[in-house]
Formats: sequence, structure tokens, C-alpha cells
Amino acid sequence: MFPRIPMLSYDVVVVGGGPAGMAAAIRAKELGLNVLLLDENDYLGGILPQCIHPGFGLHYYKEELTGPEFASRLAKRLVELGVEYRTAARVLEIRNYSDLEKVVIFTSPSGAYQAWAKAVIYAAGARERHAFEIGIVGDRVSGIYTAGEAQTLMDIYGIMPGKEIVIVGSGDVGLIMARRFALEGAKVKAVVELMPYPGGLARNVMILRDFDIPLYLGHKVVEVRGKGRVERVKVVRVDENLNEIPGSEFWIEADTLIISAGLVPSVKKLKALGVEIDSATGGPVVNDRLETSVPGIFVAGNSLLINDLVDYVAEQGELAVEGAKEFIENGGIESRKWVKVEKGENVRLIVPHYLSGDRDVYLYLRVARPMEDVELRIPEIGKRMKLPVVKPAEMLRIKLKAGEIRKAEKLTVEVVKA
Amino acid sequence: MIYRFTCIVCPLGCSIEVEMEDGKVKEVRGCTCPRGEEWAIQEVTNPKRVVMSVVPVEGGALPTVSVKTAEPVPKEKIPELMKFLAKLRLKAPVKVGETVAEWEGIKIVATRGA
Ligand SMILES: Cc1cc2nc3c(=O)[nH]c(=O)nc-3n(C[C@H](O)[C@H](O)[C@H](O)COP(=O)(O)OP(=O)(O)OC[C@H]3O[C@@H](n4cnc5c(N)ncnc54)[C@H](O)[C@@H]3O)c2cc1C
Repeated sequence: MFPRIPMLSYDVVVVGGGPAGMAAAIRAKELGLNVLLLDENDYLGGILPQCIHPGFGLHYYKEELTGPEFASRLAKRLVELGVEYRTAARVLEIRNYSDLEKVVIFTSPSGAYQAWAKAVIYAAGARERHAFEIGIVGDRVSGIYTAGEAQTLMDIYGIMPGKEIVIVGSGDVGLIMARRFALEGAKVKAVVELMPYPGGLARNVMILRDFDIPLYLGHKVVEVRGKGRVERVKVVRVDENLNEIPGSEFWIEADTLIISAGLVPSVKKLKALGVEIDSATGGPVVNDRLETSVPGIFVAGNSLLINDLVDYVAEQGELAVEGAKEFIENGGIESRKWVKVEKGENVRLIVPHYLSGDRDVYLYLRVARPMEDVELRIPEIGKRMKLPVVKPAEMLRIKLKAGEIRKAEKLTVEVVKA
Repeated sequence: MIYRFTCIVCPLGCSIEVEMEDGKVKEVRGCTCPRGEEWAIQEVTNPKRVVMSVVPVEGGALPTVSVKTAEPVPKEKIPELMKFLAKLRLKAPVKVGETVAEWEGIKIVATRGA
């Protein structure tokens, strides 16, 4: 260990002060746990303070709020309860000495610290995919930003990133950025989407019509050219196997390219701990208390899986910390048997992976492709739910009763034609 | 004139068609509930949106305060409202939920403190 580094001691340390981490820390305090919340940013809230559009909190607060409003409600509660937190505190490493002995090593403006904890909640959010990852080549120019970078510039610092914009990706983030640019007077020349359907919620796709923004479905941006600054981007059409169609390329003039090509759970520090990762979610494999394969390390929010609703993120934070309390009190999360959850027809990802049958659970899942008039089925327990439409962009959340789970050896979740 | 869009009132996302004649709604097709129909009619006759932006603030922890309109604004008035917002300057302290300005009777509310 590091004898010179001051040592702190807690029941639970929460890594990340976004909605997942804040909800976890609040619940921890309410449950009487000694908790410390750490975030590397100068302010609490994670990505919420930069998401100034409405659309947050309909389930959690039964009210439609903007991102900053949602964050400030949680922050207010946190302060009221006297939760100990530190901002500008970057977690460098998590160590696992034994089930009830973890150490979280972090730096802050006042120096380096090691915080001992019996359990850790990992809520470090996600990272954005960047231009290289999606195979864009060309000149090394300024004017290429991820959506989150552009959003931070505009909505935290009040700086416009450009005037003539091309956006890669029609997920909610890309669409919301299209609206922000258009509202602030920039010309959004195109939203380019690889898939044959838009990636975002219908309410956000409507934005394109509001501002007459062209949407190229089944197209991809492959190249950027310019001297010093982006001048034009090359777009090409793709076939149903997403292969480029020769001769279909065209150029769009623009000074700015925004990459909104999806988020990836941020799990580096979990991987270093040896936590098992699910290749479908990009996040860890968890049980129904959101405990990872390393006992006492829990995960919530976008580090667990990419959520489209902050409400579910906050719910996961609370669940994880309830698990941590059980873990601390009983020296572990035990189950008579773990029921494995399997992906069936048209299920791309599903969380949690193992259910105890001791408690009711929410399953979070995404389909692989859009379908109409379908049924979600779990044949092992005879469960059937009718769904008029399913889309990859909309995460499904279904509740299972402890009694239902206990009956089965495993559960296969499938989405099939009704 | 026929307007086509996806309903956003609930996750069902019905494909709605609104047929207009002489500026009046003639028929609404494709919705499965009255809420959707009401929304679709408003969408063609008088679309409204909640508008958000940021305003520079002096003396705060961050350089801007985010704001929204307290109620939805008619769509065609949005550019005018954005011009009004672009001229606003605020001074800390600003509280979340505080009305920082008013434009044509519509309150502009801070959504982030400073
Ligand atoms: C553009 C955009 C629009 C969205 N729109 C909506 C919407 O309309 N409605 C809705 O409900 N949801 C929306 N969401 C989704 C929602 O905002 C997210 O799901 C949610 O914020 C995720 O919360 P989180 O706590 O998991 O992660 P984050 O908010 O990302 O927080 C993670 C925190 O962890 C900190 N951190 C990471 N690593 C470390 C470390 N090593 N040490 C210390 N701290 C660390 C980060 O600084 C960050 O503050 C949107 C998301 C985006 C990006």
C-alpha cells in the first residue's frame, strides 16, 4: 500500500457523480451507509448539465425536466442529506483485496487519497465513439467533434463549434444536436445514418422536419477534406449488407463534422479488476443486484449498459446500492440458485444476466431490428406480452416477479411475431 | 394537402395522416387514440415547442445558464424568440427555476443555477 497517501474509510465508495452515482449515493445515505461520492468533473451531474433539452424524469419525478434540472434535483437532495462528495476527484484505480476490502485510489486538487470501502458502486458513464472508430479517413483538420464535445462547447461554454454542419448518426444524441445547431442559427446540411431506419425516438426524428434537415438513411460518411479546417465530407450509399455502393459517392460542403455514432460503456477500471464483460452490452455481466463477477463491485447507469432514459439510470443506482447494503450485512450476495437469462430471437442485449428469484426484477433489453405486432415471450415460464412496435432505439423494460423466476432453470427472452 | 408523421404522444408511434382542405382539417387517419388525434391536429394547425438555449452569465461557476420557455411557443415564432435570447445577459446568482426574462408574455426560466 501507499503509507504516505492519506487513508479514508467508508462502507461504500461511488465512482462517478452522474445520475446513476448521485442516486446511488443518496440511497446509500438513506439506508444508513457511510458513503463517499467521487467525480472527476468540477461539477456534479455527469452529462446532464450539458443536456439542456427537455425529456428527462417523466418516470422518476413524474414531470418533464431538462437535464440540468434533473441533475440539480438530485444534487439538492444529496446536499440536504449531507452526503460526502468530492468533485475534481479522479479515480485512478480500484483494488480488490478481499470481499469486504476494496481500495479506491483517487487524485484531487488537495492530493492523492486511498479510500477503503466494503463495496464499490461503479457509475462512470460511457464514452463516445470517435471518427477513427467508424472508419472515417482524410485530412487532419479542425472542426471534427463528437456530439458530446460540441454539446459541452455550446451548452456549457456558450461557444458555437461551426456554421455548416454535417452530423454522423441519427440516434437521439445526433438528432438533439441537430436541433441545437439549427436553433442557434447554424445550417445543418445533413444527418447521415448508416442503417436503413433512423436510430432515435420518433419525437426526436420529428426535429428534422421542424428544421427541414435532410436525412440520408443507408449512407455513410467516409472521408473528410480541408486545409486546416473541414471543408467538405464525402458520403456514400450502402447496400443492405452495409457495403459501400461504388459510384454512389457525393460531397457535402461543410465546416464542421459531428460524430454521434453511439456510446460505449466506460469499463476500463472494471476490466483491470478482472470483471467479466458482456460483448453485447459492452458493460459487465451482472446479477439482479447489479453486482459484477467480482464480489462487492456493483455497477449502474451507462457503465452497465447504454440507457436512453435517465429514469432507468437512477433506478439502477438505487438498486446497486441496495445490493451493496445486503453484501456488507451478509458478507456477500448469496442465492440458492442463479437463473441464467438467455437471448432469444430478435433480442440483441439483455441485463441482468443472472437472477436469484429472491426479488422482483426489471429486465432491460434491446431488440436487434424493428418489428411490428410482436410478442415478447419467455417460454420457460409461459410469459407473453403483446407489443405493437419494437425498435432498437427504444430500450424495453419488463418486470418479472420473484415467484416466476424461481420456477425456472433458465429464462430465454425472445421477441417474435404475435 | 396531406401531412404525414409519426405520432409522439406515446411509444406506439402511430403513422398519422392529416388531410387539409382550405386551411381546415378534413380527416385524420391512422391514430389509435383521441390524444394522438388531438396532437396531430395541433401539429398541423398550430404546432408549438418548448424552446431551450443558453445565456451568458457573469460571475457564475460556469460561463452560461441554460434556460427554457415555461410553456410551448408557436413554432413560427421560434426564430424571433432565439434573437431575443441571444441578446440576454445575466448576472450570478441565478437559481434553478427562476424567471430570468419574459418575452411576449412567455416566461424564460433558468434550468441551471449560477
Ligand atoms: C445528448 C444526450 C441526450 C440525452 N437525452 C436524454 C433524454 O432526453 N431523456 C433521458 O431520460 N435521457 C437522455 N439521455 C441519457 C442520459 O442522460 C444518460 O443515460 C445518463 O446521463 C447516464 O448517466 P450515468 O450516471 O450513467 O453517466 P454520466 O452522466 O455520464 O456520469 C458519469 C460520471 O462519471 C464520472 N467519471 C467517469 N470516470 C471517472 C473517474 N475515473 N473518476 C471520477 N469520475 C469519473 C464522469 O465525470 C461523469 O460525471 C441523453 C444522453 C445524451 C448523451
